[in-house]
Amino acid sequence: MVRYLLGRVGQALAVLALTFTAAFLLLQVLPGDAIMIKFMSPDMGLTADQIAEIRASYGADRPLWERYFTTVGNFLTGNFGISIQAGVPVSQQLATNLPPTLLLASLAFAAAMILTIILATVSNMVGMEWLRAGLQSLPSLFISVPVFWLGIMLIQIFSFQLGLVSVISPGPVERLVLPVLTLAIPISAPLAQILMRNIDQVLAQPFVAVARAKGASRNWVLWRHVARNAIMPTLTIAGVLFGELLAGAVVTEAVFGLSGLGGLTYQAVGNHDTAVLQAIVVISALAFVTINLIVDLLYPVLDPRLGSRSGAPA
Amino acid sequence: MTATPLLQVDDLAIAYKTGEREQRVVHGVSFSIAPGEVVALVGESGSGKTTTAQATLGLLAGNGRVESGTIRLNGTDITHWSQKRLDSIRGAVVSLIPQDPGSSLNPVRTIGSQLAEVLQIHRRGDRKAIHARVIELLERVGLTPAEMRARQYPHELSGGMKQRVLIAIAVALNPALIVADEPTSALDVTVQRRILDLIDELRRESGTAVLLVTHDLGVAADRADRLVVLQNGRIQEQGPVKDMLAAPRSAYTRRLLADAPSLGKPRPARPGIESRDFAIEVTGLTHDFPVSGGESRSFRAIDDLSFRVRRGTTHAIVGESGSGKTTAIRSVVGFIKPTAGRILVDGVDLTTLKGEKLRQFRKHIQLVYQNPFGSLDPRQTIARIVEEPLLNFEPIPAADRARKVRDMMARVGLSESFLERQPRALSGGQRQRVAIARALVLDPRVLVLDEAVSALDVTVQAQILSLLDELQKTLGLTYLFVSHDLAVVRQISDTVSVMHKGRQVDGGPIETVFGRPDSAYTRELIDAIPGRGLPVLAVPPELPPRLSP
Repeated sequence: MVRYLLGRVGQALAVLALTFTAAFLLLQVLPGDAIMIKFMSPDMGLTADQIAEIRASYGADRPLWERYFTTVGNFLTGNFGISIQAGVPVSQQLATNLPPTLLLASLAFAAAMILTIILATVSNMVGMEWLRAGLQSLPSLFISVPVFWLGIMLIQIFSFQLGLVSVISPGPVERLVLPVLTLAIPISAPLAQILMRNIDQVLAQPFVAVARAKGASRNWVLWRHVARNAIMPTLTIAGVLFGELLAGAVVTEAVFGLSGLGGLTYQAVGNHDTAVLQAIVVISALAFVTINLIVDLLYPVLDPRLGSRSGAPA
Repeated sequence: MTATPLLQVDDLAIAYKTGEREQRVVHGVSFSIAPGEVVALVGESGSGKTTTAQATLGLLAGNGRVESGTIRLNGTDITHWSQKRLDSIRGAVVSLIPQDPGSSLNPVRTIGSQLAEVLQIHRRGDRKAIHARVIELLERVGLTPAEMRARQYPHELSGGMKQRVLIAIAVALNPALIVADEPTSALDVTVQRRILDLIDELRRESGTAVLLVTHDLGVAADRADRLVVLQNGRIQEQGPVKDMLAAPRSAYTRRLLADAPSLGKPRPARPGIESRDFAIEVTGLTHDFPVSGGESRSFRAIDDLSFRVRRGTTHAIVGESGSGKTTAIRSVVGFIKPTAGRILVDGVDLTTLKGEKLRQFRKHIQLVYQNPFGSLDPRQTIARIVEEPLLNFEPIPAADRARKVRDMMARVGLSESFLERQPRALSGGQRQRVAIARALVLDPRVLVLDEAVSALDVTVQAQILSLLDELQKTLGLTYLFVSHDLAVVRQISDTVSVMHKGRQVDGGPIETVFGRPDSAYTRELIDAIPGRGLPVLAVPPELPPRLSP
């Protein structure tokens, strides 16, 4: 058990280190940098020497490997560097922009889970065969729907046509309803399909027949025998789809005009603000790795077969 | 028989819906079970025996439907009861012992909670009373210490132990009828006997009737009061076991009896058995598997196994699961390198061969696997499957290959019309014939048969065994036959090694081992073979010759 845990944590750390390195290298090989963009514009009227001086003050004239290890050291001590464009520490920018995105993403993740379970449960009820058939053809559609389009459609329908959610100075909750839906729907559709397929597979298992032969009703069997067995493979996919959620959040914030990591990323890309981008990539990777680590650690809790290695031979 | 039978099935017809079509699989089946009686539904796969049993529990698969007829329980017609109404009698009045203990318990819940469940559903007492009853039941079925077992998960128990849990679930509420659907077919023969004894004992204690569904005539003969023989969804014959075994009336029952591998039909001793020409010589074969958790610890799967097989004869390796027989043949075909020992095949030491030489040598020693459904690529045609081994060795012109494939198909009794079909269009017996053709197409000298007939129905099994016998005679093949089934082994082999926990506990000519076994274990194995009460029948002359499936 301890070995499993340490192994998973080790893997997560390795992924983080690799992401950090890959992001660092990719950002460094980009032609041009933030210093050039900000200070080389003719209005500044700076001489080449002055620019070189500025570069030196940011440490940009150091060799690649030196900059790499400096950045690693800084990140490990919680120093994400300074945004060249804004002239403030990146950590300060993150402090203002991370919480709203985190809120949006967690709400969307939770909404997607709830939506998934509702869809799978309802479609397993007698008389819901139409929903079942519909759902089974839907996910392929939703995977191919771009998030921005879905967002615009939701605004069109719920705000302009039905007038249910106001777009002009909405309240703090109202403001989040449509973005959360925009993010949750494309994730919940494939998840629901996977969950339904797993439920079908588990229902075909002999132990379900044994439970029915005990006199258990359909619902009893569904909740006490099928649910836990069917949810496990779904969890893995949920962890992977979380990455989708992060990418979607950036676009969604743009569509709904929300401030957050999305806006920050957009600006940083435009300005080649590598320090900001590096921090955003690492934070996204951290979120992704954490979610998947939680999923991995949930497995042995849900499935005793993974917890102990002391089982009798088959 | 008493006035009201416990279960009365009248003119039952059941159909399954596949696509738009309804296909009837049970046709007008009628039988009854008196209180406390054991009735066996006997038949091969596709005979409708399991479907009939499922119907008595109201648990037909989703696409199944009772078309006509009635099922009465204690005189009450339950045929068209709603699932909700049936829930009140399932587990309490009628219960189930399922076929495959391995997958019949929920892997993520403890044994205790799954046993308690049946008591909770039918509201038998509070939490404390239920727990006390769970412990009592676990002790009754021999799972001790019960408190510890109750907290274990299914994967921590052996197959036999799991079946004991399922039996405890079935008897928990003292039902009037237990439907036992092939309760022991997934278990080793010694475990099978203990489980069947346990069912017998519990049934006698509480006067419960049993509907025993089985493909094994031996099990039915040993355990049932009456037999109902089904074929293709129709009853061929029914009556008291003794009468039916002594004088079967239907041709089908006679065929089943004749094909049942019983102890009464040893293989006739063959000439040439004294020859000193050995095709396989295994000396001191030992194999250790590393055990996870410690570098220096290992598990000895085979311990000092030695045997010799004369050319043109059959040697059997017999043992239960975990005995090391699979590891032994994997070494003999060169899939794994043994820790110690010599394996001579045709005088060549396999353990010294490596890489390409080993690959070339495989031509001489071919393998037929147990599972005829998993060992054929579902996307290839039969012609392609049989041809494939030829493509792995020196190139042969396409026309020659095609001729070889056709020859081989004819040898295993399959017509050329099979060539362009895919495996899924074939029955289990036909697939096993294809697997044999594929193994023989390289003209090997040794054929290793790994439980090659274990998954087949008895009549098909008998056909494949006689095919193997014929091929051995005409092609001079040497067989290494691995099986858990002593009755089959006695039918086909000349010599035998009995393995138990990695060691050879008995070995030698088949008659010596079966007649005067050295070890207590071999004696236990022989005693556990079901159907010792079966009469020894020669195939009656009026039977038509065996048809190729």
